[in-house]
Amino acid sequence: MTDTLLEIDRLSVDYETARGDLKALRDISFDVRKGEIVGIVGESGCGKSTLISSILRLTAPNTRFRQGEVRFKGQDLLQLPERKMRDLRGADISIVFQDPMQTHNPVLSIGQQMLDIQHRSKAPKADKRARAAQMLGAVGIPDPEARLNQFPHEFSGGMRQRIAIAMALMSEPDLLIADEPTTALDATLEVQIIERLQELQQEFNCAILFISHHLGVIAELCDRVVVMYAGAVVESGEVREIFHDPKHPYTRRLIDCDPGHIKERARVLPTIPGEVPDLANLPGGCIFRDRCDQAMPRCAAEVPPLTQLKDGHHAACWLNHKEAAE
Amino acid sequence: MLLYATRRFGLALLILIVAVTVMFLMIRAVPGDPVQIMLGPRATPELQARLTAELALDQPIWKQLLIFYGNLVQGDLGIDVFSGRSVTAIVFEQLPHTLALIFASILWSALLGIGLGAYAAAHPNTLIDRIAAALSVSFVAAPAFVVALLSLLIFAVHLQWFPAIGAGEGFWGRLDHLVLPAFAIGLSWVGYIARLVRASMLEVMGESHIRTARAFGIHERRVVMVYALRIAILPVVTVIGVGMGFLLSSAVFAEIVFARPGLGKLVIDSITTRNYPIVMGSVLISTGLFVVSTALADLINAWLDPRARTAA
Repeated sequence: MTDTLLEIDRLSVDYETARGDLKALRDISFDVRKGEIVGIVGESGCGKSTLISSILRLTAPNTRFRQGEVRFKGQDLLQLPERKMRDLRGADISIVFQDPMQTHNPVLSIGQQMLDIQHRSKAPKADKRARAAQMLGAVGIPDPEARLNQFPHEFSGGMRQRIAIAMALMSEPDLLIADEPTTALDATLEVQIIERLQELQQEFNCAILFISHHLGVIAELCDRVVVMYAGAVVESGEVREIFHDPKHPYTRRLIDCDPGHIKERARVLPTIPGEVPDLANLPGGCIFRDRCDQAMPRCAAEVPPLTQLKDGHHAACWLNHKEAAE
Repeated sequence: MLLYATRRFGLALLILIVAVTVMFLMIRAVPGDPVQIMLGPRATPELQARLTAELALDQPIWKQLLIFYGNLVQGDLGIDVFSGRSVTAIVFEQLPHTLALIFASILWSALLGIGLGAYAAAHPNTLIDRIAAALSVSFVAAPAFVVALLSLLIFAVHLQWFPAIGAGEGFWGRLDHLVLPAFAIGLSWVGYIARLVRASMLEVMGESHIRTARAFGIHERRVVMVYALRIAILPVVTVIGVGMGFLLSSAVFAEIVFARPGLGKLVIDSITTRNYPIVMGSVLISTGLFVVSTALADLINAWLDPRARTAA
């Protein structure tokens, strides 16, 4: 397809540790098309952060790319020299990080940081400053000119996250990665940020890779969703498909656990019993087997492949194969 | 920033007043009649009475303190008992030599220490990092008097690269004479600052905002030198501010080993001759220097770190 922007193709990433290789990502495949919003859902530790840092190639030194490609506009980012990679960061691919309180440099003014990230532009300083102020205005920071002189600690968490979004969008990137941008904020701010992100996405027409563990937000914002569990993709497809007809028990349980989805008054919130398997010492067969109430003998023997069920709807579960019907 | 500076210097003044008052009272609490000690056993009663009156020792202690402060604000630290010259003049004559030594030591050790530490932090666990660590620790461990004597022996006596004693004449002469003493008392600071900067840098480099800067494709050199170092340097500035006090005491012995004029030599000489006005004057200046350097360190930190400005 020509309108594909980002393709993650059979990506496997390990962390070398004293306990042996930690298999953080295994055989991940999905894509993001131009101007589309793709959500990634999963519990903490499912590999979301490893995935992001692999795309930007800002990984820890003990990271090993074992197989696969990360193709951006057809180019494998994992093969790119560091110089070329740096040219993409903040220009074609931007990112908004999780914790707005830690994301800006505490000793440089917001204006200075917004000037610094325009380091590729040859425009005079005054123009860059005006551009920075304009972007702050676009994310709803009042009196942007004056606030450029202020330091991060003089802004609230919600404002800092909006500033982070302004900084990420300033270069009009093709792909914006949003790493749980609303997790550290309270619910009212979350709605504000999501709406702002939606507006800006329309305006700049960039693709967004939206990472969250909040299903409500994903349903609201995204076109497609990728469900990750313990470093692997277990299901992916159109948001509507996934939410109305989940094909993997894990996705089903996630939806059941979402507070926005619980209709009756419940004394105890539903949870998924069990723990994520040890990534350094993975059991054979299906990784979700131990926590699955529909596990079959086959689940222990073979890893279920990610197979296409309907157009664009993929799931990795033996229940979707003919044998399960018997 | 201006408000912060005013407040910080107000605090410095307060510390100075408290320190000087305590020192004044402590000297008075030392047993024995200072006049007798200063003039010796053969002094005539008239002479003793005159000096007692001159030093206002016949007055109650609070009045002595008032007189002392009254003179102090006029820049009068009293009269040297032996030469009859003003203590202020004597102290300020020696001060530049000590200041030059302290600043030279801190300058070279901070520059080298910060460079070494930042480089080691940018290349953690490499061979160079390990060499820098081994060097730093041995620099810290080497006692300054050993370094002083050895460098004197090697560079002054055997190799004859640098002069051994004195303060020298003219700018280049003075600089030439500064090399060995500054090397001797600065060396352990190189190691100390390098270790501090490395630890501080590694901590800052792990913070999220550094990842943000990299994610925007900012050049690694700028990330290290501006985004990280500006934060990592903060504890170093504080340590250097306090370290000025330690360097003052190192300067005392460096001035003796290298036979340099200076505040340290003045204090030692006047203590052995019980020349209390000079002791008081030198200690006052040293205290002032210490208080001013810590205040300056805080001001530099406030300039580097906007969070500190509102905090204080």
